[in-house]
Parts: sequence; structure tokens; C-alpha cells
Amino acid sequence: MFLSNDVQGNTEMLERHIVQPADADHPTILSTEDLHVYYGKKEAISEGDLRFASNQITALIGPSGSGKSTFLRSLNRMNDRIATVTGRIMYRGVDINQPSIDVYEMRRRVGMVFQRPNPFAKSIYDNIAFALRLRGTTDKHELDEIVETSLKQAALWNQVKDDLNKSALALSGGQAQRLCIARAIAVKPDILLLDEPASALDPVSTSQLEDTLLELKQNYSIIIVTHNMQQAGRISEYTAFFNQGRVLEYDTTSHIFTNPQVQITSDYVSGNFG
Amino acid sequence: MMNPKTQNKVAIGTLYGVAGLVVLILLALLGYILVSGLPQLSWHFLTAPAKAFLKGGGVGVQLYNSFYLLILAMLISFPIALGAAIYLYEYAKDNWVTTTIRTAIEILSSLPSVVVGLFGFLFFVVKLRLGFSILSGAFALTFFNLPLLTRSIEDSLRTIDTTQREGGLALGLSRWETVTRVILPAAVPSILTGVILSAGRVFGEAAALIYTAGQSAPALDFTDWNPFNISSPLNPMRPAETLAVHIWKINSEGIMPDAKAISSGSSAVLVLAILLFNFAARYLGKRLYKRLTSA
Ligand SMILES: Nc1ncnc2c1ncn2[C@@H]1O[C@H](COP(=O)(O)OP(=O)(O)OP(=O)(O)O)[C@@H](O)[C@H]1O
Ligand SMILES: [Mg+2]
Repeated sequence: MFLSNDVQGNTEMLERHIVQPADADHPTILSTEDLHVYYGKKEAISEGDLRFASNQITALIGPSGSGKSTFLRSLNRMNDRIATVTGRIMYRGVDINQPSIDVYEMRRRVGMVFQRPNPFAKSIYDNIAFALRLRGTTDKHELDEIVETSLKQAALWNQVKDDLNKSALALSGGQAQRLCIARAIAVKPDILLLDEPASALDPVSTSQLEDTLLELKQNYSIIIVTHNMQQAGRISEYTAFFNQGRVLEYDTTSHIFTNPQVQITSDYVSGNFG
Repeated sequence: MMNPKTQNKVAIGTLYGVAGLVVLILLALLGYILVSGLPQLSWHFLTAPAKAFLKGGGVGVQLYNSFYLLILAMLISFPIALGAAIYLYEYAKDNWVTTTIRTAIEILSSLPSVVVGLFGFLFFVVKLRLGFSILSGAFALTFFNLPLLTRSIEDSLRTIDTTQREGGLALGLSRWETVTRVILPAAVPSILTGVILSAGRVFGEAAALIYTAGQSAPALDFTDWNPFNISSPLNPMRPAETLAVHIWKINSEGIMPDAKAISSGSSAVLVLAILLFNFAARYLGKRLYKRLTSA
């Protein structure tokens, strides 16, 4: 391994290779500029300036501990109180990484789904409706409608339409995760951040979830962290490869998988890592 | 040398033996109290006022006082404990302030209740001039109850996964909204269990009350609900001997001819009430949890 690398000559491979998306049909909706994230004194993200195309799926890949979750959680300020995030996060021309931003309003535009499904200890209906009620949507008719469309978009409606008043804690893992997606899209975000949403799911649920995401792409811009290379290949247009807190390569997914320009990326996507 | 299998058997055998012994002692104690106490119980015993010198007194007033004090003490201590627990677990950062508070709570919770009682006597009864009264007793019980209740509510909050909090925040809820709308509802079954169990402890407490709520139980007029009248059951300024204090007092200086029987009967009532609290706690906790998770 070591030898063959030397023979091929590392010099041909680049150290970093960043190609920001440039597709007039899918303008940039979110971008990071000069982003650094610190846990205490430890710098967890040192190079992570990316642009994200609207209505596309962008995959974040990379070895464990490379900073994917840290990066993703910074995008909707879930790292407030946990980490120090410096630099700018531009969302529709506004830097959302400044103190004056209304974080709560911002998080309704930039929703998030987590690795472990986390339905609330409420009914399926209330899981979706209660955040809306808190923000003033009290009309029963309107709520019913939002609940139904959200569940349909998350491909869960047919399975739960007769059980809306049952506790969400009785759902299976895959159903619970799709409920969490329904809950996230019910508040009508622009961007959906997902951190390994399928890692706790079986293959069937995973494939349903992927179909759901492909469907959602029409209305939402999606950024997804995944450890599953096939998954990144199946659903994403763009892929960013993280390593040790730096984005080493960013390009269209097909380039990353068929013609990586950075040695470590190549090793990682071909499974020869480490 | 024993082989691991034998070793395991011996260990399990010993543990079973010890556990069995504990259960046996508890059952014997419980059995003794109930066997000697249950025959004394009657409607008359549970409702009639006590008699100081004659046979045939009851524990009606004491029983009522116990519940009244319990409710007052809970009304005062629950909101404080809930607030403190929410602050400590949901808001406070781990620094020297919270460490100090936690240590203080720890120490307070291991304070002997007789010390709490004497403090209550000096502070509420004497200094604040509340006298031997329900109010003094309720405050003393609050001090006695607060540390453990705070810890138990904090433990209940701890059982709710952090992913629930993140889920709330990610929907654009504030921390306060997340705590009150997501975390607390999910923690209700376990908080309720903690509250009822602590109610059992408060109900059986004597030492903290002897010098605060006093050792006399003036007769009550259960038709008079004006809290300013001295014989009104609601009057918070009257002295109020509770059931637990009554047991202590009869056994140390009771001069009625049937002191032994009354003491046995009161003990049985106390034990039954506390058993009831415990079963209620389990039952309600489980039912609420079921309602939240299935239905
Ligand atoms: N709350 C935290 N406090 C301190 N350090 C943290 C915290 N969370 C993550 N880190 C550190 O930051 C680095 C990046 O972690 P992160 O969770 O972002 O990696 P990741 O790429 O998501 O890994 P994985 O694929 O295992 O989820 C790691 O070194 C990790 O130890
Ligand atoms: Mg991660």
C-alpha cells in the first residue's frame, strides 16, 4: 500500500480540491465563509468553506471524528452553548452566525433531523402540530391539513392515518425517523439538515427514507451526513469529503466517486482508508 | 480453589440469603404492626377526637392534621423544588456555583430531621412568632422535603434523553418552550412518582414536627370552614399534632388506659397510609407512562 502509493507518485494528487457548485438552475442558498469551530481550545473545523445549491442534495462524508456533525450543527446554530463558531454563514444574503439573528426563527427555516429518531412523548398528531400551535396556528382545519401533507411528504401517511392519536413512541425506528422528517418539514423550512438519518434503520426503511429525500428535494435543499457511500452515490448531486476538520474535496458526487483528485478521498471512497 | 461455576453459585446463594433476610425482617416488622394494630381500627377510631385520660379516644383530628400538613408542605415545596431542579438541570452550567448548590442540597438531604425540627422551632416558632402552628410545621417539613424532592425531580429530568431537547430546539422552540412543552410532559410520570414517594416520607415524619406543629390537637369543628376561627380545620395558626407525633407522644407520656392499643392502631394507620402512597406512586406512574407511550 505504502509502496504503491509512492510508485504512483503522490505529487500527481492534489492536497485539496474544491469545486463549488455552479448551476444557474440551482443558485446557492447557503454558504459558509471563513468558518472555524472550536470546542474549548480545540479546533474542530479549520477549513470548511462550502456553497450549497438549492433544491439539491449535498452529502457530507468522511471518517469518524472528521467534523461532519460539528459542521452540520453549526449551520443552524445547534452548537450555540456547546462550541464557538466564528466566520459567516450566509443564508439568502444574511449572515445567520451573528448574535442579532433570531435563532428560533432561523431554525424554523433551517430544520434538522438527527441520527437517532427522537419523536416526542406525544401523539403522532401532536408531534407535528404542537410546534405550529406554539407559533399561532390554532385553526383545527389548517393544522389537520399541514399534518396530513407533512406525513404524506415524509411517506408515512398511509401507515399512520388511522392512528394519529396514538403515541409516537410506539412507532418503529424507520417510521419514527420519517415522523421526525414530517415534523421538521411541517414548519416549512427552506433547508433540511440530516445527520446520518438512516444509520439506525434497516435496509428497507433506509431505502424508503432515500426515496422520501429524493421526493423532498423538489421543495427543499438538503444537506445530509452519511457514512454510507452507496447512499451518497444514490441520492446526492454534490459531495464534500471531510478529514480532520477540513474539507479536502468538494465536487459533484460523480466526480468524487469516479475521479477523486485527492489521495485520501480516493482511499476513503474506495474503502482503503487508514 | 473453587472453579468459577461453584464460585458463582456460592455468590448467588449468599446474595439470595442476604436479600431474603432483609425481606423477612421487613415482613416481620410489617406483620407485627398490622397484626397488633388492625384489630383496633374502626370508623370510630379513625374519626373520633383523642381523649387524654379516658378510654376510647380516636385519632380523627391527628389524621386530618397529617393530611392538611402534608398538602400545605407539598404546595410550598413542590414549586420551589421544581424550579430549582429545572434551573440546575436545564439551565445552569457546570461551574462552582452549581457545584456549591448541589453540595448544599446533598448536605441538607442528610440532615437529621430532629435538627430541622429544632431549626424550625428557633426560626419559625420563636423568631418569626408563628408559634406552634400548622404553618411552622409546614415550613419545617418544606425544609425537610426540599432537598430530596429537588434531587428526585432533577433525576426525572435526567431520564429524558438530550435528543428530545435538541429535537425541540431544532424546531425553533426556545429553551423554555422546550422544557415546558417537551421535557416536562415527558417527565411527568417519573416526577409524580417522586412526589408521591416523598409525600410518604413527609406523612410519617415526627421529629421535625414535635417542636414546630406542636404536640396538642385542639378539637376541630368540621362545620366551621372559616380559616380565622381557632376551631376551624383550615386555620393554619393552630397547633396540630399529627399521627406520627401522636404515636411518639403516647409512647413516651400517654396516660390514657388504652394507650397501647391506640398506639398500635395509629401505627397501623400510618403504615397503611404510607403503603398506599407507595402503591399509588407505582400505579399512577406506570399508567401515565403507558398513556404517553401507547394508547
Ligand atoms: N460536544 C463536544 N465537545 C468536545 N469535542 C467534541 C464535541 N463533539 C465533537 N467533538 C470533537 O470534534 C471532532 C469532530 O467530531 P464530530 O462529531 O463532528 O465528527 P463526525 O465527523 O460527525 O464523526 P462521526 O462520523 O463519528 O459522527 C471530534 O474530534 C470530536 O471528538
Ligand atoms: Mg457525527
